[in-house]
Formats: sequence, structure tokens, C-alpha cells
Amino acid sequence: MMKLRVKAVIENVDLLTEFVNEQLEGMDCSMRAMTQIDIALDELFSNICNYAYGEGVGHVTVYVEELEEKGSVRITLADEGIPFDPLAHEDPDVTLGLKDRTIGGLGIFMVKRTMDDVQYEHKNGLNMLTVIKSL
Amino acid sequence: MDITQSQEGDKLVVSVSGRLNTGTAPQLDTELSTVVNEQDALVLDFSDLAYISSAGLRVILSTQKAMSRKKGSLVVRNCKPEILEVFEMTGFVDFLTIE
Repeated sequence: MMKLRVKAVIENVDLLTEFVNEQLEGMDCSMRAMTQIDIALDELFSNICNYAYGEGVGHVTVYVEELEEKGSVRITLADEGIPFDPLAHEDPDVTLGLKDRTIGGLGIFMVKRTMDDVQYEHKNGLNMLTVIKSL
Repeated sequence: MDITQSQEGDKLVVSVSGRLNTGTAPQLDTELSTVVNEQDALVLDFSDLAYISSAGLRVILSTQKAMSRKKGSLVVRNCKPEILEVFEMTGFVDFLTIE
């Protein structure tokens, strides 16, 4: 399992994405899966940067692990911020017309739709958001 | 991400390449919010766009709303399958003009 710990600031999204992509390339990940994972990382990391630490700044640790027997990858983002389950919210209505559309919740909605499994857990003072995706 | 502008007749074409994500979306937002005030016909060319996250969708939504309000036109063209998939998943295909 590989891990990277970075400051939870938006500027680090590229650093995080490059790190995860490097691991995925070593796993023969398909381009489509990598793109979907990159989008999911963007959504989950930006949520932490924007909300987890209130006005302060904290850290995020990302763990990447290949699940060999299933040909898939497990990625966990852990932060020490305010306990928050992003999966607890209702999905946005994606059938609304232009006038009534807002962007709220679309990010997590896309993560749920594109990953094979998404789970949240609060453990030992950590928010842990884990996704599993077949390569 | 790189943004380039070019004129095609009466249309302004804004080409966006690279990643449109939470880090780069504010840059596009700044650029388009100026353009929207000056142009009646706008094209977003995504030929070289690798992917788009919800931060990018936010910019596209606000641009579409602004263009609709002023009765202008917005066309999104040359989307790769990965980008189209995002527009389909989120229902953006219902109100965007995609060529």
C-alpha cells in the first residue's frame, strides 16, 4: 500500500492526482477508469479542502492499494477535520431544467455513480472516505 | 489547463485543454465571466480537454445561465467520450447545446 500526506489546500490537487495516477499506471489501469478516479479524487479532495477544517488548514492522507484478486483498486482519503459523512446527503435531481439547476451535491453524486463502492467511516478521530474501482 | 480564444465569424471560440478541475476552474470562470458580457455567440471547444469535475460543471452552468438570460447562444463542441459521459450522468445534456 502506498500513501501520500499533503496539506489540504486546493493547490495540492495536482500533486495528489499525479501521485495516484502513478500508482494506477503501475496497475495497468484503463484510461477510462483513471479518468473517473481522477474526477472522484477532485471531488473528495476539494470537499476536504473547503469544509473539513473550517477556517483552519489541516492535512489529508491518501492511501492507494491494489486488490489483486479482484483487479481493482482501493483508495482512501483520511482527514482529521470535523466529522462529516458526505454520503449522507440526498442525491441532487439531475432532471431539473436550467433555471432550477444548482451545482450542490453533483460532485459526490458522480463519485457514487462512477465508483464500484463508496464508504464513509469516522474512526479514531479521522474521516475516512474509501472508494473501490475496478481497473 | 490552457485557455485560448479565437474568433470564428461572429462567434467567439474558447478552447480549453488539460484538466478542468477544482484547481483550474476559477481561471476559466474569470475568463468566461468577462466574455459573457461582451459576446452573444460563444463556443466552448473541448477537443483537448482530458476531464471535467463538478467545479468545471459549475462554471459551465453559470455560463449557460448567463447566456440564456441575455438570449445569446452557447455551444459546447468536440467533447471526448469521458466528457460526454459526465454531461449525460449529470443531466447537463438536457440544457446544453452539444455538437
